[in-house]
Amino acid sequence: MTDVFLNNRLIGFCENPKEFVEKIRQLRRSGELPPELNVAYNEDEDIVVIFTEKGRARRPLIIVENGKPKLTSEILEKVEKGELSWDDLISMGIIEYLDAEEEENCLVAMDESELTKKHTHLEITPLAMLGILTSLIPFVEHNQAFRALLGPKSLEQGLGLYVTNFLIRADTDSSFLIYPQRPIVRTMTQDYVGYDSHPIGQNIVVAVMQHYGYNMQDAIVVNKGSVERGFGRSAYYRPYKSEELRYPGGQVDKIEVPSKDIRGYKSEESYRFLEKDGIVYPEVEVKAGDVLIGKTSPPRFLEGGFRVTLERKETSEVVKFAEKGIVENVIITESAEGNKLVKVKVRDDRIPELGDKFASRHGQKGVIGMIVPQEDMPFTASGIVPDIIFSPQSLPSRLSFGHMLEILAGKVGALEGRYIDGTPWNDENEFDLRKRLLELGFRDNGTETMYDGISGKMYKVRIFIGNMYYLKLRHMVAGKIQARARGAMQLLTRQPTEGRSKEGGLRLGEMEKDCLVAHGASLLLKERFDSDRWIIPVCKNCGLVAVYNKPKNKYFCPVCGADAPITLVEVSYAFKLLLDELKSLCIYPKLILKPKGE
Amino acid sequence: MNLELPPKILEEINRICEEKKLGKEEKEKIIANVRKAWESCLITPGVAIGVVAAQSIGEPGTQLTMRTKLTSGVGEITITLGLPRLIEILDAKKEPSTPTMQIYLKKEYRNAEDAKRVAKKLLEITCKNIADEITIDLIEKRIEILLNLKKMKALGVRFDEVNAALRNLLKAFKIRKKENWIILTPKRRRIGVKELYDAKNFVENLHIKGIHGIKQVLPIKERDEWIIKTSGSNLKDVLKLKEVDPTRTITNDIFEVARVLGIEAARNMIVEEIERTLSEQGVVVDIRHILLIADLMCWSGRIRGVTRYGITGEKASVLTRASFEIPLHHLVEASIFNEIDEFRSIIPNVIANQPIPIGTGIPKLIYGVSEDGGNRGAKEK
Repeated sequence: MTDVFLNNRLIGFCENPKEFVEKIRQLRRSGELPPELNVAYNEDEDIVVIFTEKGRARRPLIIVENGKPKLTSEILEKVEKGELSWDDLISMGIIEYLDAEEEENCLVAMDESELTKKHTHLEITPLAMLGILTSLIPFVEHNQAFRALLGPKSLEQGLGLYVTNFLIRADTDSSFLIYPQRPIVRTMTQDYVGYDSHPIGQNIVVAVMQHYGYNMQDAIVVNKGSVERGFGRSAYYRPYKSEELRYPGGQVDKIEVPSKDIRGYKSEESYRFLEKDGIVYPEVEVKAGDVLIGKTSPPRFLEGGFRVTLERKETSEVVKFAEKGIVENVIITESAEGNKLVKVKVRDDRIPELGDKFASRHGQKGVIGMIVPQEDMPFTASGIVPDIIFSPQSLPSRLSFGHMLEILAGKVGALEGRYIDGTPWNDENEFDLRKRLLELGFRDNGTETMYDGISGKMYKVRIFIGNMYYLKLRHMVAGKIQARARGAMQLLTRQPTEGRSKEGGLRLGEMEKDCLVAHGASLLLKERFDSDRWIIPVCKNCGLVAVYNKPKNKYFCPVCGADAPITLVEVSYAFKLLLDELKSLCIYPKLILKPKGE
Repeated sequence: MNLELPPKILEEINRICEEKKLGKEEKEKIIANVRKAWESCLITPGVAIGVVAAQSIGEPGTQLTMRTKLTSGVGEITITLGLPRLIEILDAKKEPSTPTMQIYLKKEYRNAEDAKRVAKKLLEITCKNIADEITIDLIEKRIEILLNLKKMKALGVRFDEVNAALRNLLKAFKIRKKENWIILTPKRRRIGVKELYDAKNFVENLHIKGIHGIKQVLPIKERDEWIIKTSGSNLKDVLKLKEVDPTRTITNDIFEVARVLGIEAARNMIVEEIERTLSEQGVVVDIRHILLIADLMCWSGRIRGVTRYGITGEKASVLTRASFEIPLHHLVEASIFNEIDEFRSIIPNVIANQPIPIGTGIPKLIYGVSEDGGNRGAKEK
């Protein structure tokens, strides 16, 4: 007797589980049961599980019976003619979707040639094993499995043409590559996902070699000439918007150049780019703090304590801290409520610089370690200068053979002026590629004699050089660089603010603190945590923080009165805050003072 | 420093000197050298040994794999390894997730036959092990057990042993034998399906023979000696067997060691288990860091984990406890019981931004301060 579970609930028993499961499958294929249903017999636990719920990952396979796939060439012809659709194939019981549980009961053949009587399913194409992004990577099947997981992560972050109407869109935080290209080494998936109209990357010449240690540890050395010719050049868009809101009582915001008597008026310089209508004009270079949309708002009722102010206040839209750019376009329109809405899009040109991140499609990512003038770059006998110098140390431990194959294939493609098919499991043979290279007058292993660009001397080893597709990733130095000596403090704790956009500091955290403790650097630690130093008067009687009356230069204790003995103690403001918060919890934090050094 | 060398080291030097027949002069030279080395190992006052120990175990801990299980032998016994095991030890979990024992035998029993015989004796046999089928007859409302006579013979279980075990532990059922079947009919007429199901599960795991908790036994030869590895642990009962060598037999259940052999043994177990767990992953940590942690876990006479219920939860400083976990609880508790934080540990001093009493924070200039805060001038003390 085998327990039968439907969606993890026990619904009954069955005598012969294998027959039972087979019967359910037949019913599903004949259309009597829904195609979403999956059934599996778990032999270890001796249970039958049936699932109909949502949220299971399922994938399509061709059904095989007696070693023959049900998808015959006649049916295929009909599909090609358009007489049959995908849904028809499912309802005809030719293709079915399996989930993880049911897959355990199946034997899937990769290829029609390896079919035996034992097989239950046939893979539609081996490519279907991979996701969309993974199948965009040429020669992935040669890579270590982990690289096949890292490659798509780079692809996700690559800059390119994410949409073709980016010029009239106002997406927050978007960038695009200025000269995107279609890859020389391509895969079949590109045709289906529209990759060619939305490419992310550029074809460049890569030399695999060291360059004075500036490309160690995953760094890359970039040719300055290539950068100047547009390699990796991208633009970053940030839209700013402002709306004329209506308030109860008939008052409204106004988009205008604020007059000097307005509360919160910035310096005159901040408004210098505004036109008469209070909005910047296009193609002006703006930097952090410059006003893009000038706006004033009515005073809120009873704002400012007992005195009712009638002054309007400044609520302009300002370029964010640590950002700059050129005003790309200005859109004046109406919001859904019918209010005047202004959007200003600011573009920041991002030319590759030291520290910008680049990656190939094989999970080989790295940052620029040096930008070398073209005349100092190494060159081949035929005068080819690489765009990027990639470190050979990145290859042996990562086993990304696809990376090397792509360089080889890219070289053949560039020389012959054709696209190379790198579709996983269906790619052009490495030995054919080598043969072609030999016929083209190059060494079949892709290496070439190269010369040092600085001394002109020939390198004693031959350098592996070829064309490959490189991505610019969206992590750029321009968006991350940050430094601070002193600056804004938090209101509550009086400690430095956190985060780049708030001009924040970098925290010396708990674990970093532990390091100073482990070294016994007591006073250094104190000094590092001095940012919120504060002197509090403490009453010796009751141990509470006393009050200082500055005009009279007198201290008095709220509990013990004016004559209480007061001592000044230096603590962190956060500690004073802790004492206050304890008091608000009805906990009496009594400070017992001792002379220093005891 | 005029510290005496520990007597144990001196003893060792004396022994070696006598062995090698060294003269007085040479012996003194050796003692001087040993002394130098020994003094270099001493910790200066004010070194943050606690933090250093924590970092020395914590940093390599990041390299430990999350891989949990290792099958030893022929894929029969699994042991928790790596980070999960380390956490288990340091948190002082009451029961390890995979308790195992290594049972050594006395000299006269260290052979294959005896080891196998003892192993058979140890293994806990439940109803499930000897039955082909345990089913519920829903119509008759009874439980039927189909005994496998071959298995029973192989495991050395007689029928009356099964009968006795069932009779003793299953009072609510009548027991009847019919050929190879044992039929259990409830004494109560009305019985729900769920109760029957529970009873079936109970019967499946019913203890018949062997030592409680020993789920698997594996007699294997290790370094010219037959030992028995088990999954499941029961030190107290195993030590009672006459074949077992009580001086070397060991379990990985630290609390059981503490119960049976005492806290000192448990402390040694903690040290050994931490060291083994780390070295299995190729991580080398100086043993003194581990000793410190083991001492801290055991000095009170019972095992305390490095958790909010153990060491950290019993710290003297209120602020230290509050900054670790559940701050409100500790602060309110401290307020109710009028606790005083002496500001002697690191965390309260960091919170109030005072020099921490460690390293350079320990030496102090002693001087007097008059009541009004003025300096009375340095005063020798």
